[in-house]
Amino acid sequence: MNHLPLIIKREYLTKVRNKSFILMTFLSPLIMIGLFMLIFYLTQLNNSKERTISILDETGTISQIFTEDEDETTTYNILKGISLEEAKKQVQETEEYGLLHIPKMTSTEEIAEQIKFYSEDSPSQKFISRLERQLSKELTDVAMVKNGVEVELVESSKMNVAIVQESFTGERTSKFVNYSKLGFGLAAGYLLFMFIIIYGNMIMRSVIEEKTNRIIEVIISSVKPVQLLMGKIIGTSLAGITQFLMWVILGGIMMVVFSLVFGVDLAGMQTAQQTELLAQGADMNMQMQISEVYQSLPLGNLVVAFFIFFIGGYLLYSSLYAAIGAAVDNETDTQQFMMPIMVPLILAVYVGGFTVLEDPHGTVATIFSYIPFTSPVVMLMRIPFGVPLWQQLISVVILYISFTGTVWFASKIYRVGILMYGKKASYKEIFKWLKY
Amino acid sequence: MSSILQAKDVVKKYGDYTALNKVSIDVPKGSIFGLLGPNGAGKTSLIRIINQITAPDAGEVLLDGAALQQFHVKDIGYMPEERGLYKSMKVGEQVLYLAQLKGLTKSEAKIRLQYWFEKFEIMDWWNKKIQELSKGMAQKIQFVVTVLHQPKLLIFDEPFSGFDPINANIIKDEILQLRDEGATVIFSTHRMESVEEMCDHIALIHKSNKVLDGKLTDVKRQYKSNTYQVGIAGGDNQQLRKTLNDKFELTDATFKSIDDDLKVNIKLQNGDTSNDLLSYLTSTGQVNHFVEVIPSVNDIFIQTVEKNN
Repeated sequence: MNHLPLIIKREYLTKVRNKSFILMTFLSPLIMIGLFMLIFYLTQLNNSKERTISILDETGTISQIFTEDEDETTTYNILKGISLEEAKKQVQETEEYGLLHIPKMTSTEEIAEQIKFYSEDSPSQKFISRLERQLSKELTDVAMVKNGVEVELVESSKMNVAIVQESFTGERTSKFVNYSKLGFGLAAGYLLFMFIIIYGNMIMRSVIEEKTNRIIEVIISSVKPVQLLMGKIIGTSLAGITQFLMWVILGGIMMVVFSLVFGVDLAGMQTAQQTELLAQGADMNMQMQISEVYQSLPLGNLVVAFFIFFIGGYLLYSSLYAAIGAAVDNETDTQQFMMPIMVPLILAVYVGGFTVLEDPHGTVATIFSYIPFTSPVVMLMRIPFGVPLWQQLISVVILYISFTGTVWFASKIYRVGILMYGKKASYKEIFKWLKY
Repeated sequence: MSSILQAKDVVKKYGDYTALNKVSIDVPKGSIFGLLGPNGAGKTSLIRIINQITAPDAGEVLLDGAALQQFHVKDIGYMPEERGLYKSMKVGEQVLYLAQLKGLTKSEAKIRLQYWFEKFEIMDWWNKKIQELSKGMAQKIQFVVTVLHQPKLLIFDEPFSGFDPINANIIKDEILQLRDEGATVIFSTHRMESVEEMCDHIALIHKSNKVLDGKLTDVKRQYKSNTYQVGIAGGDNQQLRKTLNDKFELTDATFKSIDDDLKVNIKLQNGDTSNDLLSYLTSTGQVNHFVEVIPSVNDIFIQTVEKNN
């Protein structure tokens, strides 16, 4: 008698109908978007602060670069004919943001070393950097003129290098494309990581629930424990996938609604890194770059591998979660057994992330993409950079063989553990169960 | 009478610990079979093997003459001692699910469930969640779950714990009715009075070994000590006692009586019959009370366990 579909159906429906599950499904995207909006709003608020600073320029020439305002948030007040002490006092009284002091020196080098900024509180680093950038440019120009160098000539001689990377088979790539690939890989790996933690815990709780409700013995007098275990894992996974899909759909809808209502330009929400990347590849326009990323990504491979590694990795870990659930009596006892699960997972995400960033085909990254407990995450990170098919196949085979191993191991523990009430499980105890 | 269930030399080990040491039982068809034993004797281990929850390390279990197989689960109804239901699932839905796991189709299960719910007058529980029910109510549902698929063999582990006396009686009557309809019942319990009342066969497991089994009447016959409880009046009770004491093995007895009798237990020597005793007693005094002392299951239980300790 195959009861698997029946068990899957029950597990799925119980999860999906659960009030807190429904609440989380609808609330999470709202909270996430809300948080995102809040952060965006606060960052803008922080940056758009209007400032007035006074400048005491004893050279009388350098301060002219501050006349035209760069971003219209800073007002410059050029002081003339007063001493530094008087200027300091005045700025303190008027509660301006600060005082920039440019002393008169004989050489430009000395001026460069002696420029000071006085302020009440420590100033924004971003603001100071901008001042420094403006001042160095001006002082450099002044020094060049002094040394008899023609500034225009220097400007026109400046070369901007953006190395175009091309593989021997003719695939072109660039820094931007590589970063995008890394983004894809990290996103896929992270998604799996989150999925394992959230829904693995859900499976564990559901096993514990059956134990504490004492229904387990009734059930396994009808079905084989392995069948119940598999039904639980599959049913919960389907509920998880449902929730994820709902999040994607709701998230998408809400993004659109928010951007329409609040008029936030979504395309304008770029991080500093992205802006920098764009600046580096300034000769290419955005459209071209996106199409280039799209073309250079092994999309078919990525999609297929994503499903294979996602399912394999998830099943591998969730069977272990189920085993933990079977071994303990309540959730507080699970802590000691969580370590062996969390360590390889975290290792996968962080070590994987860093080594792939360093070199997607480096030794460590390659080895980690074979070890079954890290391979799903690390391989998903590597695949956007193109991994030879044979490597992927070996990794998949190892993963699925290990999966049968962990399911065997988990079902052994599960079979014994679910019937053990009130006994505190230790590693030693569990090791003994394997022999029952 | 043929047997529905036979366990032959069943051995079960957990690591170094032997939970069952070559235990054999034979459950006759249509009987109510009491599986007795102190805590930790191995009863639950045996029941779990019969339910195929665990497998024996040696020996075999036959159901209706055939070795146990997965499809046999539909022939067995099991109410474990550690029992429960999904707390947040609705009653009707839950019972249907568990019945389907036992191999019933959904429509079949629905019809039978309606029958039982009407019988217990609990139709309005259908859409309630288990957590809204009292413990006794949940136990009733548990009973329905156990019997819904009309199994040939019913196994109850401490069936009356958690029931109030009224509901315990209802369940007892239902069990007896199921037996009359042809089912065989295995009882595992500490409550000796219910064994006395219901069981016709018993087996006693102690420290992983079966120490006693058979038809309850046979067991009792085997354990009776040829002792008779006597109430006799013959003028001077002290004198009477002395006379009897010279001839028989006497112990004091207590029972209710309206007469001022000498109350004693008289143990007969080998060869003597109750008629011999009675005729002697009638020649000595007025016999107001004469009854054979038959050991209760409780006595047998305690006696056997202590003997084997």
